[in-house]
Amino acid sequence: MTLWEVDIYPATGQPDLAAERIAGDAADMGLANELQLRTARGYLVDGSLDRAQIEQLSQRLLSDAVVETTIIDEVGHRRLAESPIAGGRLVYVLPKAGVMDPVALTARQAMGDMGSSVREVRTLRKYWLQGVDQSTVDELCDRLLANDSIEQIVQGPLEMTELQVGSPYDFEKIVIPLSSLDDEGLMELSRSGQLYMTLPEMQQVQGHFVEMGRDPTDIELETVAQTWSEHCSHKTLAGRIAYRDERGERHFDNMLKETIFAATETIRQQLGDDDWCVSVFVDNAGVVRFDDDFNVVFKVETHNHPSALEPYGGANTGIGGVIRDPLGTGMGAKPVCNTDVFCFAPPDSKLSELPPGVLHPKRVMKGVVSGVRDYGNRMGIPTVNGAIYFDDRYLGNPLVYCGNVGILPQNKSLKEPKADDWVVAIGGRTGRDGIHGATFSSAELTSESESLSGGAVQIGNAITEKMVLDVLLQARDQELFSAVTDCGAGGFSSAVGEMGEKIGAEVWLEKAPLKYDGLSYTEIWISEAQERMVFSVPDETWQAFHDLCASEGVEATIIGRFEPHGRLVLKYHDQVVGDLSMEFLHDGRPPVVREATYTPPTNSSFQCPETVDWSGTLRKILASLNVASKEWVIRQYDHEVQGGSVVKPLVGVANDGPSDAAVVRPRLDSARALTISCGMNPHYGDYDPYHMAASAIDEAVRNSVAVGADPSRIAILDNFCWGYTDRPDTLGSLVRAAIACQEMAVGLQTPFISGKDSLNNEFSYEVDGKKTTIAIPATLLISAMGQLDDAAHAVTMDLKEAGHLLYLIGTTYEEMGGSHFTLVTDASGGHPPTVDIANARRTFHAVHDAISRGTVRACHDLSEGGLAVTLAEMAFAGDLGVDVDLDQVPLSASDGDAARDATLRLFSESNTRFVCEVAEDQVAEFETCFQDVTLTRIGTVVDSPQVRIRSEIASLDLEESNELLKKVWQAPLDWDSPKKGIA
Amino acid sequence: MKPRVLIIRAPGTNCDLETQYAFELAGGAADVLHINRWLDHPALADRYQILCIPGGFSYGDDVAAGRILANQIQQFLADEVADFIANDKLILGVCNGFQALLKSGILLPQEKTRPVATLTWNDAGHFIDRWVHLKVSGDRCVFLRNIESMYLPIAHAEGKFVADQEETLDTWSNAGQLALSYCTDDGSLCNGGSDNPNGSQRDVAGVCDATGRIFGLMPHPERFVHRTQHPRWTRLGSDLSADGLAVFRNAVEYFTA
Repeated sequence: MTLWEVDIYPATGQPDLAAERIAGDAADMGLANELQLRTARGYLVDGSLDRAQIEQLSQRLLSDAVVETTIIDEVGHRRLAESPIAGGRLVYVLPKAGVMDPVALTARQAMGDMGSSVREVRTLRKYWLQGVDQSTVDELCDRLLANDSIEQIVQGPLEMTELQVGSPYDFEKIVIPLSSLDDEGLMELSRSGQLYMTLPEMQQVQGHFVEMGRDPTDIELETVAQTWSEHCSHKTLAGRIAYRDERGERHFDNMLKETIFAATETIRQQLGDDDWCVSVFVDNAGVVRFDDDFNVVFKVETHNHPSALEPYGGANTGIGGVIRDPLGTGMGAKPVCNTDVFCFAPPDSKLSELPPGVLHPKRVMKGVVSGVRDYGNRMGIPTVNGAIYFDDRYLGNPLVYCGNVGILPQNKSLKEPKADDWVVAIGGRTGRDGIHGATFSSAELTSESESLSGGAVQIGNAITEKMVLDVLLQARDQELFSAVTDCGAGGFSSAVGEMGEKIGAEVWLEKAPLKYDGLSYTEIWISEAQERMVFSVPDETWQAFHDLCASEGVEATIIGRFEPHGRLVLKYHDQVVGDLSMEFLHDGRPPVVREATYTPPTNSSFQCPETVDWSGTLRKILASLNVASKEWVIRQYDHEVQGGSVVKPLVGVANDGPSDAAVVRPRLDSARALTISCGMNPHYGDYDPYHMAASAIDEAVRNSVAVGADPSRIAILDNFCWGYTDRPDTLGSLVRAAIACQEMAVGLQTPFISGKDSLNNEFSYEVDGKKTTIAIPATLLISAMGQLDDAAHAVTMDLKEAGHLLYLIGTTYEEMGGSHFTLVTDASGGHPPTVDIANARRTFHAVHDAISRGTVRACHDLSEGGLAVTLAEMAFAGDLGVDVDLDQVPLSASDGDAARDATLRLFSESNTRFVCEVAEDQVAEFETCFQDVTLTRIGTVVDSPQVRIRSEIASLDLEESNELLKKVWQAPLDWDSPKKGIA
Repeated sequence: MKPRVLIIRAPGTNCDLETQYAFELAGGAADVLHINRWLDHPALADRYQILCIPGGFSYGDDVAAGRILANQIQQFLADEVADFIANDKLILGVCNGFQALLKSGILLPQEKTRPVATLTWNDAGHFIDRWVHLKVSGDRCVFLRNIESMYLPIAHAEGKFVADQEETLDTWSNAGQLALSYCTDDGSLCNGGSDNPNGSQRDVAGVCDATGRIFGLMPHPERFVHRTQHPRWTRLGSDLSADGLAVFRNAVEYFTA
């Protein structure tokens, strides 16, 4: 055996792209200016290969002779440590043993196919840093070059002789002496074992086993902890809550059921025979009717804690995980598009001011974006919609929401695991990665999380999941299985536990295929290794199922059987290591009882500055990070694969205007289309979470309506990301938001079909013995999925033709609380935007009517930055001008101050408003659609490419060129271009 | 008789269905088959007139884009492919298919074992999805007959065309093999500007072999076979024609016209 190292450098004259990127990031983060470095990528190859063989492998497989040059030698050889630049300090970065290394796996497989005898392969990155001292090297390693949670850093030459691939496991059944523990002992065990159970829960488990006359094994305790975790059972929100606010008290036995689920129930009853919901809140994703043959499914998940520690891997496995939800819905839906929403601290945060244990926000953002990109693109699923929000409070706890929409034949929408079916696992192998993800994600993050929970961080392998997708859909259509579910948080424990809940199951843990030796039976059971699905397969079809998988190189293995005894029996080589009753597991958890209070903050009315620089404010809002163009992110995602793209994320003359929503045709042979949009505004939550939630729903729905969706066919999802809900006021703000969700959904007839919550999103750290905690702002994401009869009726937001008329739909109020106007100026106070639900419903139907009749040439909603931003975006996207009379804009409750009124008209963020462009010959028909809705003609589209907004009463004459407005809007996050000097 | 099209998918291929749809829209009869079936039965290609390797990330693009699929073809299917071409048939590689055709040496024969050209990382260093203007040079390429210009999307990370020897570019150019190139919206050279999305030498977007019957291109013609796929269809008339469809029609008409 020889351990070879193959170093691959850019050839002379070729760019060193990795070096350019690192030097740029080092400068941006203030680590080093004009850092000089060279980089190589490489491989460690452990096998019976002589020099000629490794050189041949390098030339035929690993490197590209046209653009690259190689240095090959045995690990530790002098040649490998000769710097290509003068005085370069050498740093190696390698994935830690056991961390998913997809490129190495593929390379090893390919080498085998080429007839080479190779035992193991690992990739590496190599950096030569010039002119920096040791402390800078250390800081670069720590801050930029590597992530300690998954990677190993070696400074100087490598000294190893082989690649570790695991060691044999000696079976030992572990029994936990639970009965002898007092309360303190129980809590110590809960913490040290990373079970994260509460005292009543630990006591309940203790009592259960005392009743059975024995102590639990480790695997039993782990199984209970996972099943009862917040992540898997949503015990807080589905628990008993005593809620109190300024209107009085309300008691919930199951808060989610009595608010969000109840809304859907009400809507379904009201719809009667026209009910278009198929399966809601029961399967891995919500299912609704699409056309005569197909249903569509939608699910959005979060992957916050893993992304905080390892942004690339966290986002990577976040999108990988949510794609498995539609795959595991019904008998398996085909994914048709992704959506991604992120919350970060501002990317220009100062490195020196970061708390310990926190990654720089720019690094987090770049890592998250590339994680989503690499997984979504490889899966062949277009990423069509998203948003990014910035706030300092996301510093230690960024939010990563990933969503997936799928399409499912109507007769494959339900499933039922059957007694005597085999429990079959397919896809990726099981490894030590992702241990304790479910319990970890339910805990608070601290600066120590990285060392404590490193195992919870993973890297995905998209191609394994794509292969699973390919065989799953064929097996579904050939009717080879009875049920399927994904293997997500909690691994086999959760997947088999849930599937077998009503039946019972016996599992043979030694049969699970492993990535390497050495896993204990408990690790096999709770590992959250990615890209695995679990099936219930009848014996009659097992062979066909197996052969189908094998024909495409997918591993399928029987790991147990569903047996009708109502127990979960776990065996390792015929020894029983666990035996739990399904009833205790699923219904034995003591109810969580929580207090929730909400005290409205004393919101003062809006204090308008004496003088407002209207033009300057418009530019500032356009350049604020939440509003600024996200083109740098969007273009890294494939948003057109599968060929269904109708309205892209970027639209207009130069394909760079911000679309309200995406429109996608999920069937190539049909004109029927889906709209995907979202709504979220954490800043309103600081004023009132009720109005934040109502506004988020209004925004998600109006974005879909703006591109043409039928408002009577819009399904919505909720994703709550909140702080520590053991605190009554934190939980109180969540309950208040949930009540808004219920009232809005019923009022708009937009059923919730699925949702998910992520609690305890707080980051704490200690400096000089003093504990500081940063809680995220209460953050509710609403995702909407609408439908259009005919894709050709879709409308985009870019202005189309000079001479057309501009209409404003809706009324403007003093709703400046949490507005972007207050964020970019020193103004304060104001009321958060509210929703008049009945008016919103009428308005959405009226706009849809107008769009369906073909009378609307462009339509854009009003959101962050209000009317001024909407007009600017429509103008520069269409390369046409607007000439608008601001005095026409209906303003409720004017106080007679003309300048203040103008400010409100321009920048207030009142809900349920749109601007529409209408051709003169369509005016009559357009106007008939708005009988009971406020409709105002505010101006015209003009040839001259500038935004001109006038108010005679306020002596306002705002005039800005499209060119400048677009430039300030594009500059902040345009990370591919050299810095542009923008005032 | 509709010409039969064989679309090969490997693990990670993901444009197979829309490519099949495009060929069928153009009048072909297209089957999608897993590479393993072809490796099991190399002769099955005999029944087809057109072979297509569609876009995606075969084998994850791990190691390098298209590399592993290229090696499989080179190692196990070289004779089949040679027969295919000798029998006056057509081969198309789109995006990842172009990368595989090029790296297997099918498209531009290798000098001994040294590749003559490659497709490597975009100058931006990452994946890019955007639409590009394209112009056709010469009439060598069967797939581009009667097409002067096109507007199509690209979606790739490794699409920068680089020749091993600068001089070879002249040879290919003179032979009409640098058949498709990025250009400005009025058809002019990119001149180092951003109309060339990845930094390809001589703005190369697509290349054909000496016969004109093997063609690889980075842009995705299968993503523009319907007017609502155009990024600005809401601004343009209902007579907007779908540029990508012409590529598939040319392939089908080679056998039917």
